Amino acid sequence: MKNLERFSTIFLVAGLISFLVAFTVLGVWPAFMTDEIKNTAPEITEIPESFREYFDDLDDYKAAIFEGRDIYVKEACWHCHSQYIRPVGREPERYGLVATPGEYQNDLNLPHLFGTRRVGPDLSREAGKRTNDWHFAHLYNPKSTEPESVMPGYSWYFDESVTPPKPKRGAVALVAYLQQLGAWQEGILKNQYDMNTITMPPSPEEQ
Amino acid sequence: MQAQTNDDHLVSLPLVRAHIFISVAYALLVVLAGLTYSLQFIDLYPFPKFEFLSPGRVRMVHTQSVAYAWLANVFFGIMMYMVPKLTKKPILSEGFGWFCFWVYNALVVGAVVLILGGYGQALEWGETPKILDPFIAIAVVCWVVNILVGSIWRGRSEPYYVSVWYVLAALLWTPLVYVMGNFLPEYVFPGTGGATITSMYIHDLVGLFVTPVGIAMAYYLLPVLMKKPLYSHALSLIGFWGLAFFYPMNSAHHFLWSPIPMWTQYASIVASVGVHVVVYTVVFNIFATMAQDWSKVYENISLRFLFVGALSYLVTCIQCAIHVTLSVQEIIHFTDWVVGHAHLVLFGTFSFWAFAFIYYLIPKLFGTKVFSKSMAEWHFWLSTLGIVIMDIDLMCAGLVQGTMWKGLSPFIETVIASKPYWWIRTFSGVAILTGEVIFLINLVMTYFSNKQKNSKEVTA
Repeated sequence: MKNLERFSTIFLVAGLISFLVAFTVLGVWPAFMTDEIKNTAPEITEIPESFREYFDDLDDYKAAIFEGRDIYVKEACWHCHSQYIRPVGREPERYGLVATPGEYQNDLNLPHLFGTRRVGPDLSREAGKRTNDWHFAHLYNPKSTEPESVMPGYSWYFDESVTPPKPKRGAVALVAYLQQLGAWQEGILKNQYDMNTITMPPSPEEQ
Repeated sequence: MQAQTNDDHLVSLPLVRAHIFISVAYALLVVLAGLTYSLQFIDLYPFPKFEFLSPGRVRMVHTQSVAYAWLANVFFGIMMYMVPKLTKKPILSEGFGWFCFWVYNALVVGAVVLILGGYGQALEWGETPKILDPFIAIAVVCWVVNILVGSIWRGRSEPYYVSVWYVLAALLWTPLVYVMGNFLPEYVFPGTGGATITSMYIHDLVGLFVTPVGIAMAYYLLPVLMKKPLYSHALSLIGFWGLAFFYPMNSAHHFLWSPIPMWTQYASIVASVGVHVVVYTVVFNIFATMAQDWSKVYENISLRFLFVGALSYLVTCIQCAIHVTLSVQEIIHFTDWVVGHAHLVLFGTFSFWAFAFIYYLIPKLFGTKVFSKSMAEWHFWLSTLGIVIMDIDLMCAGLVQGTMWKGLSPFIETVIASKPYWWIRTFSGVAILTGEVIFLINLVMTYFSNKQKNSKEVTA
């Protein structure tokens, strides 16, 4: 038993071996396993119609998606919005397809933006659920589209010298990023799972 | 004072004092940032159009400063006091200690400024800007070398006391964990693979840095303050090796039901349930040592902080071992339950143990008793009240959110339903903030009252 209290035992077994074994078996190994999965998010080959008024050049549009991702990171959007759908909690009904590893195997997800908290809804199936203009209005002042929202506004991405405020490059880039999240799901009816389009039974007060 | 023997030359008191002071100042920043952020949830955010104080960035300052500003500083300060006392060897170099102190804290302040300026990183608990990460890693290694080589390696008189086991292991784990979590998901593994590493990092930062150092502090304080030996040596052994065995494997439990391979998730769930072993041995050991003389616990503010911290530790870890199961995850993941859990761990347990240690150190660092006992009482009760209300409130909020989401309520309905809980959360934050302000004032006043006393002695 005295061995368990020695410098060398604690240094080697507790300090190094236990950590490195766990790191290898439960960290690096599954990471390499998923790293071999092929990317299922297809290459962007054309500018979507809704963005043609903002971009002429395909490379510029692709660059904007990455700029939008960087804004998503620096404003810590990922603290309140997750980016993966679980197969439980009736999440497929609310959001759409369950997350697959393949869809994250690209540079846009380096670093990953899974998130651990949903103050707002998940965004990984956001593509096409709402119009660009809805997103601009919402980013400028979230309460304009949803009065009870607790999301902060991001007015510094808008040119406020004109009325109505005009989205600057940052806002356009961010919306370009949001509108391609899950856009790869071919054949999926974009609005199938949108809660806004599901007719809810009237509440007792309305009846 | 019995404990103040002639081995005080082993410890550089000014260095420890600097760490304690700056960490308590940071603690205030942490609570202030958290409270400000919570105002966003009740539509009272004071700077809605100010880019550099956007709520998202303020939240990063909150979480970053908890780990890197408050806990890292106070823990390294306390280790530089505790370890030389136990091994009878000073740290490698006092000058090197000051160098680490200034470099590290320049980095911490730089991180706050850069995060507010829009250079945050997308890794949970690793939001420190990418450009600073390598330097922070180097600074941590310097700190580690100073204590590990200086006090622990040079003072090998085996067997060590239990606190030294924990510190020794934590000093090795901390730089490894930091490098793993801040570089692999950012540069090497995209998507799911990166998330696997991140999950490991989120857990390990708390499990392999904060927890072992915190338990080491508790084990140091108990015999000193109770003037009784630890209840059981065997339990400490089981607790330590249980931690070393189970904690590193808890990895994927922050992203359950995600695309991470299912076997990884199962393995981490099993290991997380194994945490029970660690918790019960440690908490039983603490309470059994206290039970030898409860009257001391009523009287001594340090022991009371230690006691409440141990209770929180018990609750968090029971919570952890239950909500880590897949069926409970279904409801509580992504909700405020997890936020409450995090506060109970980092504030309710480890900050409380740090407070306990600081109150114990005050007579040694300042050469005088604490300035105001009643202010210390206020600090204790406001912090306790704050964390108890906050945790219960956020647990309830989490259950409401999780069940409403599963019931397919429109998302905004779940936000509306959460708002009363968010109000209560802000009030509990006000209580904690008030406690922190009182604490800082008390420390500063103790410092100055001692200075006055000294100068009077000189003139007399």
